[in-house]
Amino acid sequence: MADNVIEVRGLLKLYGAQRAVNAIDLDIRRGEIFGLLGPNGAGKTTTILMLLGLTETSGGTVNVLGFDPVRQPLEVKRRVGYLPDAVGFYDHLTARENLVYTARLLDIPRRQIDGRILEAMKSVKLDDVIDKRVSTFSRGMRQRLGIAEIVMKQAEVAILDEPTSGLDPHATFELLEMIRGLKKSGVAVLLSSHLLDRVQSVCDRVALFNKGNVALMGTVVELANQVLGAGHPLQVEASGIDVATTLNGIEGVQTVRQESDGSWRIVADRDVRAAVAQRIVSAGGALTRLADLQPSLEEVYTRYFQEARRAA
Amino acid sequence: MPRSREGSPFTGLGPVFMKEFADHLSSARMMVLMLFVIVFGAFPVATSLQTLRTVVDPNSFIFLRIFTLESEQVGISFTAALNFIIPLMAIGLGFDAVNSEFNRRTLSRVLSQPIYRDALLLGKFLGGLATLAVALVALWLIVLGAGLLLLGVPPRGVEVARGLSFLVVAIAYGGVWLAIAMLFSVIFRSTATSALCALGVWLFFFILWPQLAGALLISLAPSEIRSIDDYAAVQSMGLGLMRLSPGTLFSEAVLGLLSPETRTLGPMLPSQMRGAIMGAPLPFDQSVLLIWPQVTGLIAGMIVVFAAAYVIFQREEVRA
Repeated sequence: MADNVIEVRGLLKLYGAQRAVNAIDLDIRRGEIFGLLGPNGAGKTTTILMLLGLTETSGGTVNVLGFDPVRQPLEVKRRVGYLPDAVGFYDHLTARENLVYTARLLDIPRRQIDGRILEAMKSVKLDDVIDKRVSTFSRGMRQRLGIAEIVMKQAEVAILDEPTSGLDPHATFELLEMIRGLKKSGVAVLLSSHLLDRVQSVCDRVALFNKGNVALMGTVVELANQVLGAGHPLQVEASGIDVATTLNGIEGVQTVRQESDGSWRIVADRDVRAAVAQRIVSAGGALTRLADLQPSLEEVYTRYFQEARRAA
Repeated sequence: MPRSREGSPFTGLGPVFMKEFADHLSSARMMVLMLFVIVFGAFPVATSLQTLRTVVDPNSFIFLRIFTLESEQVGISFTAALNFIIPLMAIGLGFDAVNSEFNRRTLSRVLSQPIYRDALLLGKFLGGLATLAVALVALWLIVLGAGLLLLGVPPRGVEVARGLSFLVVAIAYGGVWLAIAMLFSVIFRSTATSALCALGVWLFFFILWPQLAGALLISLAPSEIRSIDDYAAVQSMGLGLMRLSPGTLFSEAVLGLLSPETRTLGPMLPSQMRGAIMGAPLPFDQSVLLIWPQVTGLIAGMIVVFAAAYVIFQREEVRA
């Protein structure tokens, strides 16, 4: 499909007898943000390194922007920006000098280097510290400098390994904004993370990794349907009545479970909020909260791994 | 399955080389190393110049003797000092070449740019070698300048030629040790461990090897020597063992170049003495022929060690 920037088929990585990546398939589409999720050691970073041709594959095929990273790593690396987990820069050099080195490695024409660096540094709001040594930079600033490198490179695909790990909430928020900015400028973004709620807020699609396999793949809503079951979960808080008996017989309600004192969780096969509210009020209960629960990735993740462990 | 990769392995070699060269030249480490070299080099040169000022012999290679004269006060000649110091400089420049990139977490970022690992390793090696060459050329010019000022006679053409060849040999010798240091920087993730190992090899060759080679020779040599041929065989075996040390190759090459009267680097056979005038200098080209195996040995050693580092580096995982 011409719309895929990355196509992975049966990708395999063996470390001895251990299958670090076990014949996975992945498609990353042009202009989307794709999240690789999973516990540490699930094979996310190994997959990323194979996409870049930084690690040998043990089998399967990879196609990045029409190139094979095993045979044409230079072509791939020219077009793909990579932000490694806890990226490092040369501390004794300034931010600008670091980027100049990268620009030289990229063989960017000399006349363009200054302009592209300045533009990239502005896009990550680091232009005021461009001539400061990187040793003075915080973790968040280094990550942003890494994004600036990708912007300067004018990459078509950005691969970010754990971009938000170790950042404070504000820095995380800023970095995610920049990742959205990359998407806006037409870059396909592949990111790995275990910060699930953050990932949920930026990712168009996600793949859940487990022991070298892609366990689940799709949009967050699709995954929720697969793992948590289809249906509308509701949260009801009320006092004065027993919600479980009151709601008996409402069409569409599948389960009602008391979660704590005065709080119930309802799963229905359609939107039953109006009926639930009416029933509670007419039964004389004081309805204090009625919320449609958005499926959260965290829930999907936790539930999936609970079930995977139970199955094992 | 064999799958060939596309693109030149030297893509990006220029920028890597330039960065390494610039980093070395501006680093505090380089200042320390230069200070080291000047201190260790200055004493033998100063004392030998003192001695040489009293010599009046227009036929002797007086400029070359600045390098080789072992004065009584210091007890070590300039070249012997270099024999000892060049490895230290090369180790200082190379022991953290690759593992520091790894520890600073810059390795995967740099390798995600369109370059092969070949370019990174070779660029670092050439950057280090260029730095070493700059330091040695500077030192050489200082010695030559001091000689001009204090002796008051210009060097003859053949002395300059021999001096320049000596410089080339010294750089090749540095290259061997740079390759050794970089090999350890590829093998060990910890810079301290790799420095320790490189220094260990250095100490081994300078302190332990001469004795070890002697002991090996005794155990390997025939118990009784019946003829001159037996004796010659034992001699050449001993020399062969000693020549496994790069320091031996360097000092033999230096001897041949800077002491033109040197006719052989092994035992002198009667056939080599026939028709020779004792103490008469060899022509320059004959001296070069004499030391050619030593120079080849140094360069071959450099290539072999670098190739080992290269193979290990290609197989290394870049992830933390």
